[in-house]
Amino acid sequence: MSGNHEAVVRDPLILGKKTYHQMTEDICRPIEGKANKYWWISFIVAFVAMIWGMTCLAYTIGTGIGSWGANKTVGWAWDITNFVWWIGIGHAGTLISAILLLFRQRWRMSINRSAEAMTIFAVICAGLFPLFHTGRPWLDYWMLPLANQFGSLWVNFNSPLLWDVFAISTYFSVSLVFWYLGLLPDLATVRDRCVDPTKRFIYGIISFGWKGTARDWHRFEEVSLVLAGLSTPLVLSVHTIVSFDFATSIVPGWHTTIFPPYFVAGAIFSGFAMVLTLMIIARKVLGLQEYITLQHIELMNKIIILTGSIVGVAYTTEFFIAWYSGNGYEGYAFQNRAFGPYWWAYWSMMTCNVITPQLFWFKKIRTSIMATFIISIFVNIGMWFERFVIIVTSLHRDYLPSSWVMYSPTFIEVGIFVGTIGLFFVLFLTFSRLFPVIALAELKSILKKTGNQYKKKGIL
Amino acid sequence: MAKRIYGVFDDEEALMHAIPLLKEKGVVCKDVQSPFPIHGIESLIGVPRTRISIASFLYGLTGTSFALWMTWYMMIYDWPINIGGKPNMMFYMNLPAFIPVTFELTVFCAAHGMAITFLLRSKLLPGVTAPIPHPRITDDKFILHVDVKDESKVNDVAALIKSEGASDVLLKSMQFS
Repeated sequence: MSGNHEAVVRDPLILGKKTYHQMTEDICRPIEGKANKYWWISFIVAFVAMIWGMTCLAYTIGTGIGSWGANKTVGWAWDITNFVWWIGIGHAGTLISAILLLFRQRWRMSINRSAEAMTIFAVICAGLFPLFHTGRPWLDYWMLPLANQFGSLWVNFNSPLLWDVFAISTYFSVSLVFWYLGLLPDLATVRDRCVDPTKRFIYGIISFGWKGTARDWHRFEEVSLVLAGLSTPLVLSVHTIVSFDFATSIVPGWHTTIFPPYFVAGAIFSGFAMVLTLMIIARKVLGLQEYITLQHIELMNKIIILTGSIVGVAYTTEFFIAWYSGNGYEGYAFQNRAFGPYWWAYWSMMTCNVITPQLFWFKKIRTSIMATFIISIFVNIGMWFERFVIIVTSLHRDYLPSSWVMYSPTFIEVGIFVGTIGLFFVLFLTFSRLFPVIALAELKSILKKTGNQYKKKGIL
Repeated sequence: MAKRIYGVFDDEEALMHAIPLLKEKGVVCKDVQSPFPIHGIESLIGVPRTRISIASFLYGLTGTSFALWMTWYMMIYDWPINIGGKPNMMFYMNLPAFIPVTFELTVFCAAHGMAITFLLRSKLLPGVTAPIPHPRITDDKFILHVDVKDESKVNDVAALIKSEGASDVLLKSMQFS
């Protein structure tokens, strides 16, 4: 897969004078050494946030979902907003490891492992919301197609909410397998370097006895390729199905055919923003600047421009079609979005998602780490507002003006959202201390093609 | 039974270069252990192309058939319900609504079936002890497995492997499945 020719005009992807052994040392260092101050500070903050979220979740279970701000008009609010936001973030990992693998983009190798981990953690955070918004999470197994004696009829296969159950669980389990299979050789590296027998035993168990024979590698590469081929349509289908939750309803502002491509582009957009936010911190804290280089950041920024522009075109198209369709309800829904009581949410979304990524057309901004970090935060916020705008502004004023209400969240809802952010960082920080954050074996295979000291950059 | 010895190479290019030369001299190269995949090594040591992608296709087909059967059984045959006036007299009428679930189950079965097959075929399971002739096999050493039929010639073959670029030759016995 990585046997293709590397053009001489390309910049090296691995900087510094590296040997295979040096790469092992660099990437195993965060696992073998002690955590530094910054790690502990961020871990404690994230942990406290997580505990706070769990408390709010416990309160929700005890009291019922009446403790949220949702009312009979706005039945879906923060809960589904957060679900869609997290699921969107969970799209970058599989995109990087699957689609970029099929396109033979070598630069993905430095970031795919942590992006996949991020995917899995984001999907865990996302999954909490639909599981708990049922109000009776102990009956969640009713979502599975179980026979009638379990207490319900067969599940409704006509419903996009059920498609979601299948899509999310398939996506989560397939991403987990993809990530874990890729981890096996690297966990074996950690195992073989362990001095402590207990650690060696544990890494021995979780590396499944990886031995790296030619047969194993041959099958491993074939499995990665086929999994990439399977994950590519999967990742597109998941957010398509999430968008069906909205698009198949007849609520003005939701019932549009543009939703699937628009949601998928938005998901990739927000996912890359989150990868950038995390990677910019991680490369610094873990000392991986020679592996996650400025070039990686620039390339991700280019994807942000592309997907951000697609999202911008989608916003404009929606607006145009709302007018062009001549449908009064649709037209009002959009006019209300931009100039109604929630105008501030709409214009925050427009500013963060459409305007700020366009700054990346300037090479100076695209190659500035600080600017990238700030813009990536903007995009994260903007994408959250996008889901909020879609859900709340469409629901709060629909066909029956007597039911028009406003919605605002309770501190319980806010607490749960903050808690999932905490959970996400707790998981990611733990991951960065226990697993190699860079796909070491894969990266070694390209050292001689793109390593700094091997590559003699040609002039054409 | 043939005695297996292990040539340790420091570089994959040296290994790739040595294998054809050793084979010319009648040395039986059985396997290679490396920290990362070496492209083109399969043909040199005679690893046949894996059929795991065919297996994956068959698992996927199983998933598709199962999903189609399940939706037909649950929604059309066992307990048909009029849901939002969607036509459910015949399976093909209701089929469009079942495509997402069918697709997801196809991917689910193809991916997991293939992953499990891979782990079983390569004998990778929790609790398996990895046969590691050299501790830096997952770091930066490349190991060539050589079978020597005549035990008295072990030292000659070891010298030959060294002369073709190996940094060391290990004569320990390991249990390889």
